Amino acid sequence: MTLTLDAPRIVTTRPLVTLRDVTKTYGDVQAVTRVSAEVFPGEVLGIVGESGSGKSTLLRMMNLEDTPDSGSYTLDLPDVQGNLFELGRFARRMLCATKIGIVYQNPHLGLLMKHSSSGNVAERLLIAGERRFSVLRDKARAALAASEFPLERLDAPPIELSGGMQQRVQLAKAIALEPALLLLDEPTTGLDVSVQALVLDTLKRLQQDRNITMVIVSHDLGVIRTLADRVMVMRRGEVVEAGLVDQIFQDPQHPYTQQLVHAKL
Amino acid sequence: MSVILHVQGLTKGFTMHHLGSQMAAFSNISFDLNAGEFLLLKGQNGAGKSTMLRTLYRSYLAQAGQVLFHSDHGVIDLLRAADVDVTHLRRTEIGFVTQFLVARPRVSAEDLVAEPLRMAGHSAPQALDKARYWLKAFGVKDSLWRAYPTTFSGGEQQKVNLARALILPRKLLLLDEPTASLDAHARVALVARLQELKQNGTAMIGVFHHPDDVEHLIDRVIDLTPDAPNMEDRADVAV
Repeated sequence: MTLTLDAPRIVTTRPLVTLRDVTKTYGDVQAVTRVSAEVFPGEVLGIVGESGSGKSTLLRMMNLEDTPDSGSYTLDLPDVQGNLFELGRFARRMLCATKIGIVYQNPHLGLLMKHSSSGNVAERLLIAGERRFSVLRDKARAALAASEFPLERLDAPPIELSGGMQQRVQLAKAIALEPALLLLDEPTTGLDVSVQALVLDTLKRLQQDRNITMVIVSHDLGVIRTLADRVMVMRRGEVVEAGLVDQIFQDPQHPYTQQLVHAKL
Repeated sequence: MSVILHVQGLTKGFTMHHLGSQMAAFSNISFDLNAGEFLLLKGQNGAGKSTMLRTLYRSYLAQAGQVLFHSDHGVIDLLRAADVDVTHLRRTEIGFVTQFLVARPRVSAEDLVAEPLRMAGHSAPQALDKARYWLKAFGVKDSLWRAYPTTFSGGEQQKVNLARALILPRKLLLLDEPTASLDAHARVALVARLQELKQNGTAMIGVFHHPDDVEHLIDRVIDLTPDAPNMEDRADVAV
């Protein structure tokens, strides 16, 4: 099932992200099956589904950490051409360092826990080739400020910070180079409700102020409802339904989506 | 007058998979709506009035029919338009006014009201000026403009909601009981704003519990009561 591919259009903007027929298997397990999707500039696409539905696998492939068995992935950016799944290791690393940011549910995946918070953000800039100390310091500081991280704690290593603060460091690292695409994998799961609201608010502000294109994976429907413009519902590796966020929540069509939406407290 | 909306054979029902059943809302509704026209939807509770508005806005998916909207970009069938186009039209040409404010944590009343203008490309100070103008017009005290509406009373929230929904003139406005829970002053302000928009060519389709509030604005009525006569007859009932 496709999201908006091939429908007649009046908006002529091209999608930033295009995925076509992406399929991934692990041994006998079909993790992702023929998934196609488009994400337009400035848009937030939410992906929902139960554990094992393939949503995080899809996100990791969009971050080029994993390669599918078949399918294509393109980003409509200057200097970025062709199917990104066919890029070599070095090209992938550079692309991810400069054009794509990611926030993981588990901060250990995204951060060096014993280095300073500002150092974590600066590392990202270093990989992208920045060597001037003053620029590194200023950009890291600006990214942490935009993520609403308390600047008096710049030198604190993430291991000494709360879960909400660790997510802000990850977010700062992800946005430091103003990526074209921000990927969020359960960014608020495990945080208590008030901290969750603050992180969501920060994301919403970033999206509105900087018009960042985002793909967010979450099993929390409230998070998706707050952030997403469009939603893709996955089950057992397949997209069962996709549509505008209000349509998915108010008039779900697929039996699985109805079950999911009605199960929300 | 130029046609804004051409609705043909519009049919909506709900499939409830867990019950294994279908529930019909309305079927085979057809009408045209011109610029500056005000269409009232009436019918008993459950006749499908709000469902009709949501189907036109694409929050609900229709089962059959056509909704041709004459947008600035050309004619587009809202039932089949790409999601990205619907999102664009909602930001620019089609408005939906409900009785409920969707407040967000840590966003002030004035920022919330200014948002549609900012998203349409107005400068931040200009958008804020207009937001304050409309908050004042709907009777929201200036001491509340910078506060977070999540803590406001139902009536105050509704005023913020109306200011936000009506700040940017649209080609088509869908109104779902916007006068509910409003005090007299705000109701007068709302009707005045609707009149102004209508004179400037906004086409409107509305559901009102007390249609008397907007009686002088209504051009036509559609009765969605299931056993009412056919659509053509219903579409031109004088009020």
